[in-house]
Amino acid sequence: MKIRRLLIANRGEIALRILRTCRSLGIETVAAVSEADRDSLPARLADRALCIGPARPSESYLRPATIVQAALGVGADAIHPGYGFLSENPALARFCEQEGVIFVGPTAAQIEAVGDKLNARAAAEAAGVPVVPGGAAADRTAAEALAVGIVFPLLIKAVGGGGGRGMQRVDHAEDLPAALDLASAEAGAAFGDARVYLERFIARGRHVEVQVLGDGAHTVHLGERDCSAQRRYQKLIEETPAPDLTDSLREGIRAAALRFADRLGYRGAGTVEFIVDLDRGTFHFLEMNARIQVEHPATEAVTGIDLVAAQIRIAEGKGLGLAQEDIRFGGHAVECRINAEDPAQDFRPCPGTVSLARWPEGDGIRVDTHIASGSRVPPFYDSLLGKIIAHGADRAAALARLAAALAATRIEGVATNLAFQRAAIAAPDFAAGAVDTGFVGRLLAAGA
Amino acid sequence: MSLTAEEVSEIIRLLDASSFDELRLEIGTLKLTLRRGAAPETVETAPAPVPAAPQPKVAPPPPPDTSDLAAIPAPLLGIFYRAPKPGEPPFVEIGSRVEPDTVIAIIEVMKLMSPVRAGIAGEIVEILPDNATLVEYGQVLMRVREPG
Repeated sequence: MKIRRLLIANRGEIALRILRTCRSLGIETVAAVSEADRDSLPARLADRALCIGPARPSESYLRPATIVQAALGVGADAIHPGYGFLSENPALARFCEQEGVIFVGPTAAQIEAVGDKLNARAAAEAAGVPVVPGGAAADRTAAEALAVGIVFPLLIKAVGGGGGRGMQRVDHAEDLPAALDLASAEAGAAFGDARVYLERFIARGRHVEVQVLGDGAHTVHLGERDCSAQRRYQKLIEETPAPDLTDSLREGIRAAALRFADRLGYRGAGTVEFIVDLDRGTFHFLEMNARIQVEHPATEAVTGIDLVAAQIRIAEGKGLGLAQEDIRFGGHAVECRINAEDPAQDFRPCPGTVSLARWPEGDGIRVDTHIASGSRVPPFYDSLLGKIIAHGADRAAALARLAAALAATRIEGVATNLAFQRAAIAAPDFAAGAVDTGFVGRLLAAGA
Repeated sequence: MSLTAEEVSEIIRLLDASSFDELRLEIGTLKLTLRRGAAPETVETAPAPVPAAPQPKVAPPPPPDTSDLAAIPAPLLGIFYRAPKPGEPPFVEIGSRVEPDTVIAIIEVMKLMSPVRAGIAGEIVEILPDNATLVEYGQVLMRVREPG
């Protein structure tokens, strides 16, 4: 079914990103915005804006019934959830299925299957995809028995967590019982699910993820991204292809992602995340993100494929429209996230009004942002101001373009991580090639 | 090139469901112009096709002077109903006197009905949304003249 009018159930740069593709496809857009976003760029640029509730996400962007009612009320045939908010909430997908509104994303059952991280681990194992040594920690006795096999240090993870949230490192066996109690209580409070599981802590690892597209019958991959430049599990720089990966690891990871997505009969755009254990030379499944991701433009840059258009095409039931051999990879792309947060104050979010925003332009440079001079950064939402994506013939060319682009970027009125990002891509170990997930921490410790 | 009556009514239905006030369609020499409101629908054939101008955003009519009136905003997005059930009398009419806790309407969100209370005392002088239509959060539902 052709989508004629689409409700964007998100805000910020991703709302604008979705809007742009809708416009190119001739789809009318309705921006569902909170009171704090009434004057935002997406609200002004959409064909229609609809205020769905107060600023607080729990009273607006996080209300599935309100979103579906809004779509029905304006006669939208589809809802695009973006990332975050309700994108991986099975309630919204299920509501859409019941009401005959197209959800631009996977089925509710698939969201549930990968949202429960233990369930996802089991699915990975069943698909022959290696997982990090570990398992369910139903109680203290089970956890202690399991820990013996995993060896310390290990991570306690929330079954309902993901995206780097709900994790705790335990270094010594004697700390395990107390840490379990705490992690379980925190998981219950944060995710409404107190279950936790254990995984080996991989001391030197790289975060490598594979972009997949599926139409329920066929699955293709669009290469992998390296997102090892993270601070407290929040990604700062992402690039594709992953540098300095042996052919066997690269092929192994891509094939594993396809096996996992195939097993689910996955529909839509998704990302299968892995950790590469640098000491052992192995890779392990971490989780699957059943949505478009923040870092998707890096993949778009090297493949020339509009991932939001692909999501819409699949949601319309038109199938993938491309086979694996149709996907060509050209050059290297690096994305840098510019956040309104203050590195001097432990990266504390800095809401406020952007008095001046000057974003870079030029060959091979793409900027995805909703921020212009005078834009407000409300305190209720994440601090992402924009993403700068540089594409070049090879990694060095992409990094040179990114460095020039970052140098030309000026954001005033709110504190940003811009200077930190400039330092990060100029750091000798990053410039030289692949880094591990400890890179940002070491850079900060060195006083960047 | 011609359009059947069914095709024209389908086009009218699409326009009706859209946020646009006017639709101009050109297929070959056929020109169809549909406009909301008083202007009649016209189908004409013309040899020289003229590209349709981009549609300006719909400008709301100038609001009446309501500076001395208090507004009751929608406390949530949903479908606005003036009566508890179809066929029953509305909660309030123009001229009704309300107290802060008087229920003036209900708003439905996916079959969940929430009563809307006036929040202020006074006399209802204006009821803005049509019954059974979508209202957004904060949209003015009614205007009230406060006593004194």
